[in-house]
Amino acid sequence: MISEIISNLELSEIRDAVEANKRLDGRKNDEFRDIKIETGVIAKAEGSAVVTMGKSKVIAGVKISVGTPFNDRPNEGVLMVNAELSPMAHNTFEAGRPGEVAVELARVVDRSIREAGVMDTKKLCIEAGEAVWIVNIDFYPLNADGNLFDAGTLAAMAALKTAKMPTYDKETKILNRENMKNAVPMDCTVVASTFAKIGDKMVVDPTMHEEYASVARLTVGIRDGNIVALQKGGNGGLTSEQIDDALTRAIKHSKNLLKHIK
Amino acid sequence: MGDEKPKFLIKGGKRLDGRKPEDVRPIQIKMGVVPNADGSAEVIFGKTRVIATVYGPRELHPRHQVINERARVRVRYDMMTFSVEDRKRPGPGRRETEISKVLAEALTRVVITEKYPTRAIDVFVTVVQADASTRVAGLNAASLALADAGIPMRDLVVSLSFGKSYDEKGQGHMVVDLEKEEDNWGMGDIAYAVAPALGEVLLLQMDGDVTLEEFKKGKTMADKAALEIYEMQKRALKARYEEGSK
Repeated sequence: MISEIISNLELSEIRDAVEANKRLDGRKNDEFRDIKIETGVIAKAEGSAVVTMGKSKVIAGVKISVGTPFNDRPNEGVLMVNAELSPMAHNTFEAGRPGEVAVELARVVDRSIREAGVMDTKKLCIEAGEAVWIVNIDFYPLNADGNLFDAGTLAAMAALKTAKMPTYDKETKILNRENMKNAVPMDCTVVASTFAKIGDKMVVDPTMHEEYASVARLTVGIRDGNIVALQKGGNGGLTSEQIDDALTRAIKHSKNLLKHIK
Repeated sequence: MGDEKPKFLIKGGKRLDGRKPEDVRPIQIKMGVVPNADGSAEVIFGKTRVIATVYGPRELHPRHQVINERARVRVRYDMMTFSVEDRKRPGPGRRETEISKVLAEALTRVVITEKYPTRAIDVFVTVVQADASTRVAGLNAASLALADAGIPMRDLVVSLSFGKSYDEKGQGHMVVDLEKEEDNWGMGDIAYAVAPALGEVLLLQMDGDVTLEEFKKGKTMADKAALEIYEMQKRALKARYEEGSK
C-alpha cells in the first residue's frame, strides 16, 4: 500500500488550495501538469518512451517475442501490460513481488488499452494454434509523484506507436530483431484522465501528496470521445454528480492528451 | 460452450434469459451459512453464487499493517477452481488481487473502523459458482456478513453490474445485472456499488465502450435496481435477527 505520513498542516494546505481552485503548484483543479514525451529512448526495446508529467516520470518499453497462443484463442496473439513499482522511484516502494497497488496500476492501464481495441490481437497471429506474437509492454516509474495511471497509459501508447515488429521465420523458427521496419498493428489510441477527490472537488492529474490528501480516485479511459475503462479507487465514496463531472472533463482532456502521442 | 458469439443479446426488448433490460436475475440471500465465522452470508444472482465470511475484529498480523487510528478491513476475493468453465488455478491471481483491493476500499467506507483501532476485520469472499457479476454479488454478501458479525456500519453496500448489450440490429442497449453471455459478448461491463443512505458510489469499474449518455442512463437504471437489492438485504438481516431471538 502506498502511504506516507504527511503533516496535517500540509493536508489542510492542500485542501484549502483545492477549495480556492489554486493548487500548491499553481494549477487549477482542472489542469494537467506539463507533459513531455520522448520516444525511442531504449535501443534494445522494440519500442520505448519516457513520459514526464511534472515530477512524475515513467519509462515504458515494448518487447515482442513469439510464443504459443492460449488454447481458447488459437488465432490470437497476446498483449500484456505490466507495471513495476521499483524501490528506485519512491521511498514507499518496496522490493519484491508486485503488491496490490502495482497490480491495480498495471491492470487499469491494460484495461484502457485492451478495451479501446488499440490492438487487434488477431493481427498478431503467425500460424493458428502454433505461433503468435506476444507483445509485452512494461512500465516503470523513474520518479513517482502521483498519477502514474495517466503517465503509464501515455508511456505505453507512445512506446507502442513507435514500436517495430521483429521478423520470424516459420521454417527455422528464428526470431530476427535486425532491421525492424514494420510498425506494430494498431487500430486506435486511448488516453486516460485520473481525478482525485479532495474535499468535494474532483482534481485532475493529482500529485502524490494530493493523492494522500484525497479520499477517492477515479481513472477514466477515453477513445474517440467514448468511455472505455473506469476504475474507482480509495476508501471514500463519490457522488453521482462527481462521477458525471469527472467523465465530462475526461472526454474534454482526452483531446489534449491525444496531441502528445500523435 | 459460450465460444460462439450470439447473433443478439436482446431481441424484441427481451434478453437471452427472458429478462427486460432493467431486471435483475432472481436473487437469493442466505444468512449465517458458515457457523464458524463471526458473520456470513451467501448471495445468489441467477447462477452466480458467492459466500462471504467475516472474522474479526481480531488481532492484525503482520504487525506492520496495523493502523493505529482505526481497524483495517482486509478482503480476500477468490474463486473456487470448479466455479468456472475451465478449471481456475487455485489461489488469487492478479485479477483477484485487484478485485480484493477495490472491495476492501468499498467496505472500508461503511465500516465504522474508528471503533477498533489497530484491529483487523477480515472478509473472505469466495465464488462458488460463476456466471458473471461475481465481484458485485460478493460485495453484497460481504456487506451482509459484516452486519451479521455485528460490526457497526454507516450503511449497507449494495452492488450490481450494468452494461451494454446489442440487439438483432447491432444496436446497443443498457442493461443491469449481466449474466455470462452478456459479460462475454456485450459492449460494456460495469461493476457498481452504492451506499444508498450515504448517497455515494463505492465501487466503479468498467471495461467496454459506452458514450457518456449511455453511461448515465445505465447508472440511473442501476440506482433503481440497487434500491430493490437494498430492501432485500434489510429484509434478510431482519429475518436473521428474528430467528436469533427465538
